[in-house]
Amino acid sequence: MTRRRALDLLLEAGVPVLLLVVVAIWSSNSGSYYYPPLTDVLSTFRRAWLFDRVGSDVVPSLVRLGLGYAIACAAGVAIGLVLGLAPRLRRAADPIVQFLRAIPPPALLPFSILVLGVDNTQKIFIIAFVSVWPVLLNTIDGVAGVDPTLRETARVYRIGRTDRVLRIMLPAASPQIFAGMRTSLSLALILMVISEMVASTNGIGYFVLESQRTFAIPEMWSGILLLGILGYGFNALFVLVERRVLRWHRGARASALS
Amino acid sequence: MLHVDHLSKTYGEGSGAVEAIHDVSFDVDAQELVCVVGPSGCGKTTLLKCMSGLLAPTGGEVRLGSERVDGPPEKMALVFQEYNRSLYPWMTVRQNVGFPLRTRSLGKRERSTVVEDAVASVDLSRFLDRYPWELSGGMQQRVAIARALAYQPEILLMDEPFASVDAQTRADLEDLVLRIRHQFGVTVVFVTHDIDESVYLSDRIVVLTPSPTEVHEVLEVPLPRPRHQVSTKELPEFAHLRAHVYRAIKRRQGQGEDDAAARPAAEPFARS
Amino acid sequence: MATVLAVFELLSRGGVIHRRYFPAISDTLATLWHELFTGELWNAVGHTLEGWALGLGIAIALAVPLGILIGSGRLLYRATRAIIEFLRPIPSVALIPLAVLVYGSGLESKVFLAAFASFWPLLVQTVYGVQDVDPVATDTARSFGFSRAQRLLRVTLPSAVPYIATGVRISSSVALILAVTAELVIGAAGLGREINLARSGGDVRLMYALIVATGLLGWVLSALFTRLERRVLHWHPSQRTAEGSA
Repeated sequence: MTRRRALDLLLEAGVPVLLLVVVAIWSSNSGSYYYPPLTDVLSTFRRAWLFDRVGSDVVPSLVRLGLGYAIACAAGVAIGLVLGLAPRLRRAADPIVQFLRAIPPPALLPFSILVLGVDNTQKIFIIAFVSVWPVLLNTIDGVAGVDPTLRETARVYRIGRTDRVLRIMLPAASPQIFAGMRTSLSLALILMVISEMVASTNGIGYFVLESQRTFAIPEMWSGILLLGILGYGFNALFVLVERRVLRWHRGARASALS
Repeated sequence: MLHVDHLSKTYGEGSGAVEAIHDVSFDVDAQELVCVVGPSGCGKTTLLKCMSGLLAPTGGEVRLGSERVDGPPEKMALVFQEYNRSLYPWMTVRQNVGFPLRTRSLGKRERSTVVEDAVASVDLSRFLDRYPWELSGGMQQRVAIARALAYQPEILLMDEPFASVDAQTRADLEDLVLRIRHQFGVTVVFVTHDIDESVYLSDRIVVLTPSPTEVHEVLEVPLPRPRHQVSTKELPEFAHLRAHVYRAIKRRQGQGEDDAAARPAAEPFARS
Repeated sequence: MATVLAVFELLSRGGVIHRRYFPAISDTLATLWHELFTGELWNAVGHTLEGWALGLGIAIALAVPLGILIGSGRLLYRATRAIIEFLRPIPSVALIPLAVLVYGSGLESKVFLAAFASFWPLLVQTVYGVQDVDPVATDTARSFGFSRAQRLLRVTLPSAVPYIATGVRISSSVALILAVTAELVIGAAGLGREINLARSGGDVRLMYALIVATGLLGWVLSALFTRLERRVLHWHPSQRTAEGSA
């Protein structure tokens, strides 16, 4: 291992660890009410989340997130495909799409509560409705931007319509679709948390807010920590999957640039 | 077999219209190798796209056999110039070559055999399970040719296929085309701007004029077959033909330039 | 677009969809129109914009210099990368309770949340922008004898500006979202709170009117920053825009 690489690794791993240590020491000694000792937070974390509250809070949260995100991806890709392939339809739909996506998601929460109440359907709906836009828009862009030569090749060889859409347009647009799905994932997580804070009686978001209201500060922090881990974890997982599925894209781009 | 009949193509309308092809007519007989040569910008690619049914002509028609071409015909394949935008990067060589065969009713094993044979005839059997971007430019173009071969067309159109490839690879690919034509008996229409290439490959050469594009002449190329990169090019006949084509293109080009130079001078004084 | 609106109008007036939940578009627009002339709507808009502007301003003031610093130095980049990668995906809304705890239910909470959330995309974009400068350009400058500071100012920064502009646009919409979210969840003054109040008070038309207003606000701001971004990109036609993840 070269000197340079060793230094890099040391920095990348070492600085965060150092930072954690500093935070731990400072929080232990500061006696601040708002920032309890790191050790306290960690032990609360273990107590609360490791397996005690998994069933009551983590599972419902993840189920909502999972369903909402899945619906958003499925609908986004399906509608995006249709709109991407039909320019006239796309032009007609454009003003609606632009307006709906510009509405700040929190403004839609009261609307969803009004129409759907405060049950799981409402939360799944709001998660899906807000998360669909990045997937939808990226799918449209990806499909519309497929290299014309690829399409002409398909025409020359008289490729059938289903094959053309599923085996050419979709894979060709997939790098962009994945970028959209990645943004949507973080949006979905955010919406899950907000909807649980505003209109729920269980879930991680609810837990964090409730802890704050009842002044259970270490619990509140443990919830925040969990959300941070989830956010990081989902993102890392997504990148892993994306890297595998889009291996061909990186290869093709690398050879095109050289 | 292929008949181009007073073909014309204009893009756009009104004052912004661009006439890519003015009036082009020629015939291609079965199993012939015809090269289409012309100066840059004379609409060679447009011509090929009209011939392949990708573009609809503004006037005239293209006939394959007795049928009019108004969409890509079943028995025709096209090899594009930009191979890296024509091969599907998410598919392996095997999948790329076999993809057009999905529309045909072949069994899985049969399809596999066809694919492997086609790839073998371009000498890429070792790379069946690689991705196109893992291969060099010349190899990628060979994959595109294999794909066209697997499709088993009666007529093969090639749009300046070796323009983006280095000179030595180009020589190998030219010989590949000759070999394929000999082995499979396909008719080939080969568009190029490389005059040497056109004389080396063809039975006949269609020379196009610069805009407004028409057929300047159709040359016979009575060079003996099989052709060799060195010995054929040493023949005096080769040099004659080459010079003939060169002059034909340059003269019309020069004439076109003279015309263009003469015209604007007249205009400003015409208005008053 | 017009057809969709017309269909919706008919459905609502015809009682096909529940009038209570989906008032006719014309009613909503009429309410909105009416609201334009009272003080309250503009009051709310003002409060929302206040939080948005302060949050975004703080984010810019912190993220751009920091981003330039981190992007320019290899050591610093390596050192901070892990920290940024971990802090970035934290849903900023998770910090709402913390904000309430420390800053209460007013403007400060809102600004804190908006600033925290919009800081990250801008930081990342700035770092990308600084790192993506064409090495040939900096080498040329160096061969002409430009000092490090001069190279930064005259070569790196101008080429990073399009990325920063994209980052500001993304951050602007993030800041708005967080501002409205804070108003909704915490009850800070602004459009978010008004929408919630309208709903809980049963004034459905007002709720919809306010949602439309919020949408329009979002759209206007987005259009403004897109215009600005395009203006800046105009000078750099060769730059590829990188839409960073929000």
